[in-house]
Amino acid sequence: MKILVCITHVPDTTSRISFTDNDTKFDTNGVQFIIGPYDDYALARAVELKEANGATLTVLNVGLADAEPTIRKALAIGADDAIRVNAEPSDSLFVANQIAHYAKEGGYDLILMGRESIDFNGGVVHGMVGEILGLPSISPVMTLELDGNTAQLSREIEGGKEQIEVDLPFVAGCQEPIAEWKIPNMRGIMTARTKPLNVVEPVGDETGATLVNFEMPPAKGAVKMIDADNVGELVDLLKNEAKVL
Amino acid sequence: MSVLVFVESAEGKIKKTSLEAVAYGAKMSDEVVVVAFGNVASDELESTGKYGANKVLHISDDSYNDGVIQAYATAIAQAMDQSGADALVMANSSLGTPVAARVAIKKGAGLVTNVSDLPDTSNGFEVKKSIYTGKAFATVKVDKAIKVLAIKKNAVELVEGSGSAAVEAFSPNAQDGDFATKITATKKAEGDVLLPEAEIVVSGGRGLKGPENWGMIEDLAKTLGAATGCSKPVSDMDWRPHHEHVGQTGVKVAPNLYIAVGISGAIQHLAGVNSSKNIVVINKDPEAPFFKAADYGIVGDAFEVLPKLTEAIKALK
Repeated sequence: MKILVCITHVPDTTSRISFTDNDTKFDTNGVQFIIGPYDDYALARAVELKEANGATLTVLNVGLADAEPTIRKALAIGADDAIRVNAEPSDSLFVANQIAHYAKEGGYDLILMGRESIDFNGGVVHGMVGEILGLPSISPVMTLELDGNTAQLSREIEGGKEQIEVDLPFVAGCQEPIAEWKIPNMRGIMTARTKPLNVVEPVGDETGATLVNFEMPPAKGAVKMIDADNVGELVDLLKNEAKVL
Repeated sequence: MSVLVFVESAEGKIKKTSLEAVAYGAKMSDEVVVVAFGNVASDELESTGKYGANKVLHISDDSYNDGVIQAYATAIAQAMDQSGADALVMANSSLGTPVAARVAIKKGAGLVTNVSDLPDTSNGFEVKKSIYTGKAFATVKVDKAIKVLAIKKNAVELVEGSGSAAVEAFSPNAQDGDFATKITATKKAEGDVLLPEAEIVVSGGRGLKGPENWGMIEDLAKTLGAATGCSKPVSDMDWRPHHEHVGQTGVKVAPNLYIAVGISGAIQHLAGVNSSKNIVVINKDPEAPFFKAADYGIVGDAFEVLPKLTEAIKALK
């Protein structure tokens, strides 16, 4: 079996977000980059499936050379090799076209990624890749079990979940609790240095949308503190000031 | 421009977030057609007219009762052809967003999700979306003639008018593979207020000390007609189900009122609540970072404050 896991290279969830160049560029100054948390869940589940079923596991990232430490981390976690499509991941349609092209070339049985990236929060690349390749796409996936050629998944819906059965191959956007995040061990980090990381060029330049500019939300006013012995005052404020009761 | 709006329903009722999508569509165009699936009564479908829909294409075939992503995408793309729509609008949801992705490819459309405001058409078609999990916004220009937009809760004000939409039956032509995924079971919390849709949310954190103390949270939520949520540690420890986890990797909520009890306010939790209009924080630690993101705060023991708060609100009602 061949598994492809697509990963994003995104700012750590604790990063302070700010912009430069007239609010047209993300300010990377002092920002730590990580494997997208949802992608990291997909990767962790893929490593488990590989260990249980003897699969080969490839990671793919659409990104520039600065993403390579993040890709190496995925190799250290347990991927066998990596593909970096050498382009700025500026638009979901562009990224989906890249993934679909290289996924088709590789003939994978299972294509996993996070439910969404945590920078642009699009949540659509898995569906686009599925549609381009004519494969089922399921997201957000909370559990994934394989039995031969058939998978049992659960998908989160508002206030509950669906149980889904689907045959390989398919595309899934993953989230917790599909697997526990894996921390690379020393052996993994050592072997990751020599695992193949193939840099390939992007195909086409089609985009669905183009950035105009970024914007920060309006600043929050100061908090009004209320004495714990005077809960009535809070109720009064919620009713008459915030007008939410 | 002619707009098709995909609406979702739960237990025969069209979801409020979907009605917002109809209202959003009506701000874009006078020609608004709704596509709806499953067992929804005609008068409920007609009522989308109050928010600006002219017509409803109703797919009542039982095979569409479950939200099968591929099948819905095919049907919606065909409904766009049928109604001559050059834009598709829907609520950002666990079904809407994955379906939007497939429709966008089928139609060669430009897709924007997490849309937080009405489009600006003074210079092409520009629309604002929430990014970095609510910590910032991006304005993007859609490059394609056909537009697909998945909108966030509260992207548009919901004002009820007086219209009525004409309901027409619609039978899509299912394509090979549309039903390749089979939904074998659906588990849903019955009767509760759905967290992503809720106008008021009461959330508990580790400060509640254990799942046996959730009665206090539920009492307050019930009094307010609110949904209940929780922090990530609480769902990780299985005190509460995962679908109640509010935060960076959980549910993102956008209620009028968010009440956080015994939650310190880690940046990952704040990412799930930063679209809330009003935030109340109750925590015994005055240094809890959540107070900085709150509108109203009480430093105090949840076990004392919560019952008093519930009583005070009951007294009001």
